Amino acid sequence: MNFSEVFKQSNQLCKVSPDGKYLATCVQYRLVVRDIGTLQIVHLYTCLDQVMHMEWSSDSLFILCAMYKRGLVQVWSLEQPDWHCKIDEGSIGLVSSRWSPDGRHILNTTEFNLRITVWSLCTKSVSYIKYPKACQKGMDFTADGRYMALAERRDCKDYISVFVCDDWHLLRHFESETQDLAGLEWSPNGCVLAVWDNCLEYKILLYSLDGRLLSFYSAYEWSLGIKSVAWSPSSQFLAIGSYDEKVRILNHITWKKITEFEHPATITNSKAVVFKEVEKRPVVSEDLSIRQLTVDNALFSTQSKYEITQLPVQVPVVKPDPERANPKIGISAVAFSADNRYLATKNDNMPQSLWVWDMQKFSLLAVLEQTAPVRCFVWDPHLPRLALCTGNTKLYMWSPAGCISVTVPVEGFQVQSLFWHCTGSSLVLLSKDQLCLCYTDAEEQK
Amino acid sequence: MGDWWSPAMMPDPTLDTKELSSISGISMSPSRQNSQHSLHSTMVLPKSTYSVLSAFCTEENISQCVTYINQEVCSLGLSAVSVECKSGSVSAVPVLNLLYEVLQLQRRAQRGLQELETQQIKNCSDLEHLQNNNCRLKDQLEHTRRENSGLHEGERQLQLKIKTLQNCLKSEKEEVQKLQSIISSRATQYNHDLKRKERDFTKLKDRLNQLLMDKRDKKLSIEVSNYVGRSDGKRGLWKTGKMEARHEGEMYKALLTDYEARQRSLMLENSELKKVLQHMKKDMIAILSPKKPCVKAELADDSLEQAGSECEDEAGESSRETLEQSCEQAREKLTNSIRLQWRKLKSHMERLDSQASLVASQEREAEELISRKDQEEELQRMRLELQQCKEFIHMQQQLLQQQISSPCDEETAALLNDCYTLEEKERLKEEWRLFNEQKRNFERERKNFTEAAIRLGHERKVFEEDRAAWLKTQFLNMTPFVDRKRPALSEPHSALSVGTEPEAKLHSTPPLFTKSLTNSVFCTPKAAPVKMPTTADLYRTLNLIPESRGHGKCPSAEMLSRSRLRNSSSDCSVISLVRDENSSV
Repeated sequence: MNFSEVFKQSNQLCKVSPDGKYLATCVQYRLVVRDIGTLQIVHLYTCLDQVMHMEWSSDSLFILCAMYKRGLVQVWSLEQPDWHCKIDEGSIGLVSSRWSPDGRHILNTTEFNLRITVWSLCTKSVSYIKYPKACQKGMDFTADGRYMALAERRDCKDYISVFVCDDWHLLRHFESETQDLAGLEWSPNGCVLAVWDNCLEYKILLYSLDGRLLSFYSAYEWSLGIKSVAWSPSSQFLAIGSYDEKVRILNHITWKKITEFEHPATITNSKAVVFKEVEKRPVVSEDLSIRQLTVDNALFSTQSKYEITQLPVQVPVVKPDPERANPKIGISAVAFSADNRYLATKNDNMPQSLWVWDMQKFSLLAVLEQTAPVRCFVWDPHLPRLALCTGNTKLYMWSPAGCISVTVPVEGFQVQSLFWHCTGSSLVLLSKDQLCLCYTDAEEQK
Repeated sequence: MGDWWSPAMMPDPTLDTKELSSISGISMSPSRQNSQHSLHSTMVLPKSTYSVLSAFCTEENISQCVTYINQEVCSLGLSAVSVECKSGSVSAVPVLNLLYEVLQLQRRAQRGLQELETQQIKNCSDLEHLQNNNCRLKDQLEHTRRENSGLHEGERQLQLKIKTLQNCLKSEKEEVQKLQSIISSRATQYNHDLKRKERDFTKLKDRLNQLLMDKRDKKLSIEVSNYVGRSDGKRGLWKTGKMEARHEGEMYKALLTDYEARQRSLMLENSELKKVLQHMKKDMIAILSPKKPCVKAELADDSLEQAGSECEDEAGESSRETLEQSCEQAREKLTNSIRLQWRKLKSHMERLDSQASLVASQEREAEELISRKDQEEELQRMRLELQQCKEFIHMQQQLLQQQISSPCDEETAALLNDCYTLEEKERLKEEWRLFNEQKRNFERERKNFTEAAIRLGHERKVFEEDRAAWLKTQFLNMTPFVDRKRPALSEPHSALSVGTEPEAKLHSTPPLFTKSLTNSVFCTPKAAPVKMPTTADLYRTLNLIPESRGHGKCPSAEMLSRSRLRNSSSDCSVISLVRDENSSV
């Protein structure tokens, strides 16, 4: 595993272009575009203020930089560096800005979710979508970019609008049977829309593209409900993580529960492997020389490795405070691997553990017990391997073959977040104000 | 006094029983009260007699006394008549008798008294005991009463408690109800408020929106240096009805393709499953059918099976059809047949199991023992082999290591040489083994050969002997008295003399046998009628002969064939038989 040199970034703003050729980072008010191979600066753009949000257009030709404080959005072209576009939302304010899937429209959500403004880069037209709902995930595009589903709130009722992204034609508008819609997500094949209620009620509804209610599922009542939802890449499974520390898997034919994965505090399942990260502080030996001090940077950093622990294993559990809202309990993150074979989950009251499930056998496969709470975990876009970080100087990876922990060879680089390059050949690691590329395939690097 | 008492005591032991019986009879006969009364009187009597003895009877009042006594005795139920006063003097005998009786009476009374006293004492003690008992029971009763009252009290308290708790529960329930109602009312209130606020919120939003629109926010703008083309390169289209229809169409198309894809995948899965099903079915049929011929006893089952297999075939065809068109009926048939098959298989398996368990129970111990022993032996052998292999590998590794590590060329050369010699040795060993085997083979052959030679020697010896014997007989035959002995022998015999030689010298067969032989061979050409008995003879002899079949020289074969040529076809069998006998020398 090789690591690149370190670059500056701010606000964790660092994105790889969808075609995988460029790496864009924001440093304060500057936007830097680098070639991913050479890491040389290709373009450098200067924005009007500190950038809060940055996004590539789907065709990798434009970059959007949003400055929410000033209600401004600036768009830069890679092909024509002198081309520029500035969108001012005016006094109404701006809270969110994003590209439409065609890369020619920008959707700005104004403050108080008053409306969504759709700006076109092709024509000067502006469209408004009124009454968008302010919720966890109120807007989602299908994977092919043809349709957009938007949660709306009118007359104290939840509605869902399906737009055709081509010309923003309202295709369907229907009332959803939710108390207080919390989110919606298209299936990867773009034919089923999953809609879930907020945490007060466990309810998930499945709508067809044409607005028909296909099915709904509710596991229990009177207790805090859904916390996270994820589709499998094949649209075959829908994984629902909830506050009862369970993940339920629905199938795509009957929309009934196939199985549920519990996250017990004591792991007794003999088929599961528990990898426990063990930190080893270097022993300061008597013959500590100056040379060692100067050469070995890693002298004072702790080494860690994984040990397979004997079952049964007690997973460290944090007791949530019942007095506070949004208790730290339940499955907050669910993610399928690209080949649909594995499911990774994180239970909030077991923050140091990451659970990997086998989706063919519907059984627990591995548990990674870290020394620090898991910050972020991402699947490789092609291979069944998982990268995760815990906010320390190490990068951890899991694959069916086992686990590794790698120390980032940069002093003081604490990995806060990470994401994969679209080919899976490298990983982008983000610390608080720096970034670093990690090349996972040495052969490809050569 | 002592004198007075002692004679009375004397007869006591002897007469006691009688007296007692008589007394008992007496006491039984009159009223008991009466007797008791008498007893009392007797009891009282002695004292009075003691004190007033001197005064009671004097010379003057003897008669009065006697009458008095009589009266008294009569009143006591004794024979008063005996005591009489005839002439002033009292006759002693009745008096003494009376006295005795009175004494007896007194003693009896005494005894009764004693008994009564003991009875009294016993009763007293009983009474005391009973009183004690009574006291105790009274205490107990008191205690129980107290206890009872305590329990009653407890019960009362508990009931009181229950009552209070029930009251509490009721109040709690009421509280809960109240709270629930409060909650629900609040919920509705909050919901209402929420809605109101939301409405206000939307109103505000609307207002804000309107204001913003009205104000014509100067800042709200887009500055683009030049418009870019659409990503698909097409030009934007007007929103028309046609567009709407097209969108709808596209949407449905997308849905349709999705459904089609899903259907296709399902079809694929279905067909796979069907294939598996079919395969399973075939296997089932294959498993079940060969059983039919061997198990004849279970005819009913067989017939059922046949029926099943028939319908299976049908179902098989039908299922093949269903691969193309999923027909409800066909599916049903398929599942039915499978179910039937499955049931049969299950029953069959059960039967097999029962049989197996029966057989196994009989043979298990021995076989298991053997098998285990075998297994263990095998295991041992394997282990040994493994060990050897490991050692070998280890050695090789070591050698390799040495070869790599040692810089000395000579050593490596030596090692290499060693390797080669090892190889050579191996090869030589192999050859040696081959050679040994060959040697063994040769040895065996040699042994066979010597044995054969010995046998041959024996045979030759026998032959020589036979030949000597034959020569002797031949020589004897030349003498004239032999002709007389064998009149049947004729001309052709001489002609065939050479051919008959071996026959004649056939090992010491009985004379009848040789005769018959000669008859058969040499008489047949002359006369057919004689043939019948000879063949029978031959068959009989055949039964005797066949075991001594060897291969010796057959000098007569030529002649025989010649004779056969001469013989009629009907004689062929005979000839051949004869020849057989000839050959079996």
